[in-house]
Amino acid sequence: MNAIATPLPSTLQPRLRSRFLTKFIKNKGAVVGAVVLLLFVLAATLAPWLAPHDPLKANFLAVRKAPSALYWLGTDELGRDLFSRLLWGARSSLLAGGMSVAIAMAIGVPLGLMAGYFGGKLDALVSRIMDALLSCPFLVLAIALGAFLGPSLTNAMIAIGLSAMPIFARLTRGQVLSIKHEDYLEGARAIGLPDRWIILRYVLPNVLSPLVVQATLTIASAILAEASLSFLGLGQQPPSPSWGSMLNTAKNFMEQAPWMSIAPGMAIYITVLCFNLVGDGLRDALDPKD
Amino acid sequence: MLTFILRRLLSAIPTLILVSLFVFTLQKLLPGDPVLAMAGEERDPAVIEYLREKYRLNDPVPVQYMNWMGNVLKGDFGTSLRTEQPVTTLIVSKLPVTLELSIFALLIALLIGIPTGIISAVRKGSVVDYSANIVALSGISIPHFWLGILLIMVFAVKLRWLPASGFVPFREDPLQNLKTLLLPALVLGSGLSGTLMRHTRSAMLEVLRADYVRTARAKGLFPKAVILKHAFRNALMPIVTLTTLLFGELLGGAVLTEQVFSIPGFGKMIVDAVFNRDYAVVQGVVLCVAIGFVLMNLLADVLYRLINPRLRTAA
Repeated sequence: MNAIATPLPSTLQPRLRSRFLTKFIKNKGAVVGAVVLLLFVLAATLAPWLAPHDPLKANFLAVRKAPSALYWLGTDELGRDLFSRLLWGARSSLLAGGMSVAIAMAIGVPLGLMAGYFGGKLDALVSRIMDALLSCPFLVLAIALGAFLGPSLTNAMIAIGLSAMPIFARLTRGQVLSIKHEDYLEGARAIGLPDRWIILRYVLPNVLSPLVVQATLTIASAILAEASLSFLGLGQQPPSPSWGSMLNTAKNFMEQAPWMSIAPGMAIYITVLCFNLVGDGLRDALDPKD
Repeated sequence: MLTFILRRLLSAIPTLILVSLFVFTLQKLLPGDPVLAMAGEERDPAVIEYLREKYRLNDPVPVQYMNWMGNVLKGDFGTSLRTEQPVTTLIVSKLPVTLELSIFALLIALLIGIPTGIISAVRKGSVVDYSANIVALSGISIPHFWLGILLIMVFAVKLRWLPASGFVPFREDPLQNLKTLLLPALVLGSGLSGTLMRHTRSAMLEVLRADYVRTARAKGLFPKAVILKHAFRNALMPIVTLTTLLFGELLGGAVLTEQVFSIPGFGKMIVDAVFNRDYAVVQGVVLCVAIGFVLMNLLADVLYRLINPRLRTAA
């Protein structure tokens, strides 16, 4: 990690970037994952135009219809088109994944930067608080916070973000400690640059690589967590679709309409798998040991 | 070793105090007054005042925290608002169910994850390696509750081989107990086996590059002996640590798995307590989980020292 953390001469940086890109592109799994994710994001963005039916409109003449030419993935217990709900549900799931990680990073990274950079009592306090939060399993903490905040997609994102925050704080702190005594930081301090400037201009860019990898992998966990919270009724509320809440309804119709659980489950599985593949690819490409 | 354990236990105390503070504050911040819920529909002011006095809710918040902590230290986590049973009794009755499920799941994970990880590392770059990696990644990526639904659809609804839900205690009917736990343990174990496989593979790859493994091979030892006696024993350290640390993941997974299979365990109790706004139970459970997690961390450190002779000597 130090090899990346140490700033390189400007002529070397484009070479490093191209080496990273070459290594990432060579990883077929990561490339496939990235392409599929791009398609999912496109589908979610274009849901209003791509969805063949209204995802919220009940049709009691088409209740629990099996997949057909009219309803590609079948219909649910209220006769709503599952394909349309899946497309709209992608918005909730991807938004939840991205926003949760954004919340986690917005709080965790500055805390980790300050704890690692300033050390002392601040470091001890932040580390103890993060230890306390990490001593509670991620999902249990998210459920407890979700219950405290009340059931909604926004609150689920906040609960997941807060639960994932200690991971980023601890990772950032560790990375800062590993570069804290590098010559270029000592130099910056010696010429009297203010701490805030040093942290933002020199420390943050050099600890960013592992954070990007962690963010990708945490988006995968956050999507799973949002689906879990929605499955338990603590996430997206009906009638708005989300993959987790679709599965929650589907479990009551396993015998009569098994297709109701196949599509949303596959969607969560493929999305999380792709994020994990991309995360692995990024980690390998950014690994200075290779 | 005893000094080390004592030192580690002492260092865990501030963490546990912070967890208790967090859990207590969470309850104070929760919307709604639990006393109003207890007072019934009439909400007689005299009853409300009586309950406030009884539960010492008129005391300042720091005093309330100290009272609560005092009781927790005596093993009293309070009383469930819904069932009016002591939380400690509830925890003691539900914990064995989740522990049995977790141990079963962990066994499945170890039996799948470790051999697959070893084979994958030994045959790095082969079709077996790629397939094992994809299966492991799938195990990590698949939503537990969905896998549970699929398994119920196949093995309970279609084939009718196993029950779809419920739990029979081991002492009542060991065979039925096994049948009711097989699917949930498979669901819970699948994700863990993926994690274990990936860690075993990377630990083995690291060790297989080491000089002593090359020496063992050069001496003409059988490949199986080199892999199992020389490489695997040294790769075991991170795997043992990880296995103890998977406790948190097991509990997180148990929450959903128990919900899908209607198993009356710790996980289901958390969800039910959350939905019934049974704060005393939520508090007690979160605190117990945190204590368990801290103890598992300690166990990981102790095992690490026991396995690694260098650390033992240094101590």
